[in-house]
Amino acid sequence: MKITILSGKGGTGKTTVSTNLAYTLSKKYKVQLLDADVEEPNDHLFFNVNVEKEESVDILLPVVDNDACIRCGECAKACQFGAITSFPNATVVFKNLCHGCGVCSMVCPVNAITEVPKSIGKIVLGKINDNLKFGMGLLNIGEPSGVRIIRQLKKHIDENVDVVLIDSQPGTSCPVVESLRNIDFAILVTEPTTFGLHDLSLAVDLVREMKIPSGIVINRDTGNTNLIDEYAKKENIPILLKIPFDREIAKLYSEGKIFSEYLPEWEEKFANVFDTIKGMVK
Amino acid sequence: MKQLAIVSGKGGTGKTTLSSSFGALLSPVVLADCDVDAANLNLMFNGKLEEKYDYYGGKKAIIVQNKCDKCGICKKICRFEAISFENEVYEVDQYACEGCNACVIACPQNAISLETALSGEYYYSVIDEQKEIVHANLNPGEETSGGLVAEVRKLALKKAEEKGKDIVLIDGAPGIGCPATSSITATNYVVIVTDPTSSGLHDLKRIVETVRHFRRDFGVVINKYDLNPDVSKQIENYCLSDNIEILGKIPFDELVEKSNLEMKPIVLYENSMAGKAIKEIFEKVMRKLK
Ligand code: SF4
Ligand code: SF4
Ligand code: SF4
Ligand code: SF4
Repeated sequence: MKITILSGKGGTGKTTVSTNLAYTLSKKYKVQLLDADVEEPNDHLFFNVNVEKEESVDILLPVVDNDACIRCGECAKACQFGAITSFPNATVVFKNLCHGCGVCSMVCPVNAITEVPKSIGKIVLGKINDNLKFGMGLLNIGEPSGVRIIRQLKKHIDENVDVVLIDSQPGTSCPVVESLRNIDFAILVTEPTTFGLHDLSLAVDLVREMKIPSGIVINRDTGNTNLIDEYAKKENIPILLKIPFDREIAKLYSEGKIFSEYLPEWEEKFANVFDTIKGMVK
Repeated sequence: MKQLAIVSGKGGTGKTTLSSSFGALLSPVVLADCDVDAANLNLMFNGKLEEKYDYYGGKKAIIVQNKCDKCGICKKICRFEAISFENEVYEVDQYACEGCNACVIACPQNAISLETALSGEYYYSVIDEQKEIVHANLNPGEETSGGLVAEVRKLALKKAEEKGKDIVLIDGAPGIGCPATSSITATNYVVIVTDPTSSGLHDLKRIVETVRHFRRDFGVVINKYDLNPDVSKQIENYCLSDNIEILGKIPFDELVEKSNLEMKPIVLYENSMAGKAIKEIFEKVMRKLK
């Protein structure tokens, strides 16, 4: 079973839900936790990860041989991202705009373009304990998009574990979509505020469009409003769990601790979340 | 004209609390909500919609099935794994396609074309005589949010120029990827909001590196600093040792939750501790912009 944890927006408690679920489920199942929040991966801060392997994520960047180049401008015309320009005295690649698609070298009539790998980030793989495997992606500073890092991270999904948990990036844009591709279930983490509801509805639109079944976890629930309950009912999406607004939980989180380890009544609650999901996915 | 951006390495640190408060304190001002993935600022101000624009982001490849002879070249050439072969048909995954045109050029049957896709909308709304806001909505699953952020900023600048407003306040996109960097390029000053969690410090370091990469002047605000004094101290020590100015510390204040529910910037609550701290930070930042 592959589950992605997302939220319309950051800071709603995605990390809390991912790490607590991974921790509690690993008591009973073989679990793999993949942190696909590649701009700001945080899950590893909550565990002692035994790093076993690191690999670079590369894209192919064009390099122009300006002696061979006849400045015909075909490459610039073909590039959809304005990443290559032919000036009278040289043809230049703007690395930060380049998607590494290979079109320019395809169209160059004199084969003046070769491609060399450039690292845009890395993947770290390891183990937290015998039942809990870990992986994360990390985007290099200054690189525009982590989609390819997420794609490569997901190649390390272990089909032999019982549960794969993917902690996605916040928002609903392309990296989130990449985290959602070919998975079985989506957990939508939200807060009971008007903002929370607004962002949640964006996430719901996305998972619906991708035809992925989903359930909601409400974080920092104060009991002051049933905004989210009403929405969930109207949209027919189950609420899997409510985590109260609680100073103790907030404090444990801020110290980099997994709260269900310290507040054991929560172990069962997280385990129940998984049982509910199993019932829904079949 | 000055451009001021408020950013955070990660969402949930209280960026909206700060930017809505700055928005309330600044007058006249043009606000630019660049958090286009989850635009919230206009919800706080309830501006009246005046203009609406379509946003066309990247292009997407489309295969005309009756021209395709199933040679498979397109699938092989696409570096984004956007072309799949299922049930004997080649198809483009609209989410994965980056519109690079490689398949179009490579297809021997001319069966593929690139089409522009409507990726979202952006809006110009008027809050009151002194305040206007440019905000946007990105369709779910779109990749080109950096481009949309650029459009929002462009329109905000244009409006500011037309109306003779000398400050544009940018509520930045979270993260460190292209929407985030599109929010800070060419700004005069950047305020980074962080909170005292161990992940907060980690994220802070990444956004500081990013802001430095783009050579912007910046300072740091620690939100809810008293929630974890130890980590707050760590953040302060990091700033001190790295020569980063701390603009101020905002105490945890239960009124903030209420203000979020009531959708009213926290500085408008008279007895708010957080609001008081934000006002002081605001004064400091204004002096920087002079
Ligand atoms: S590889 Fe693609 S994006 Fe990069 S310069 Fe060539 S055509 Fe443009
Ligand atoms: S297509 Fe080749 S020859 Fe023409 S300008 Fe580009 S690099 Fe030079
Ligand atoms: S390259 Fe063209 S003809 Fe060949 S499979 Fe793709 S769409 Fe069909
Ligand atoms: S346009 Fe580029 S990314 Fe899209 S399907 Fe074709 S080759 Fe792949």
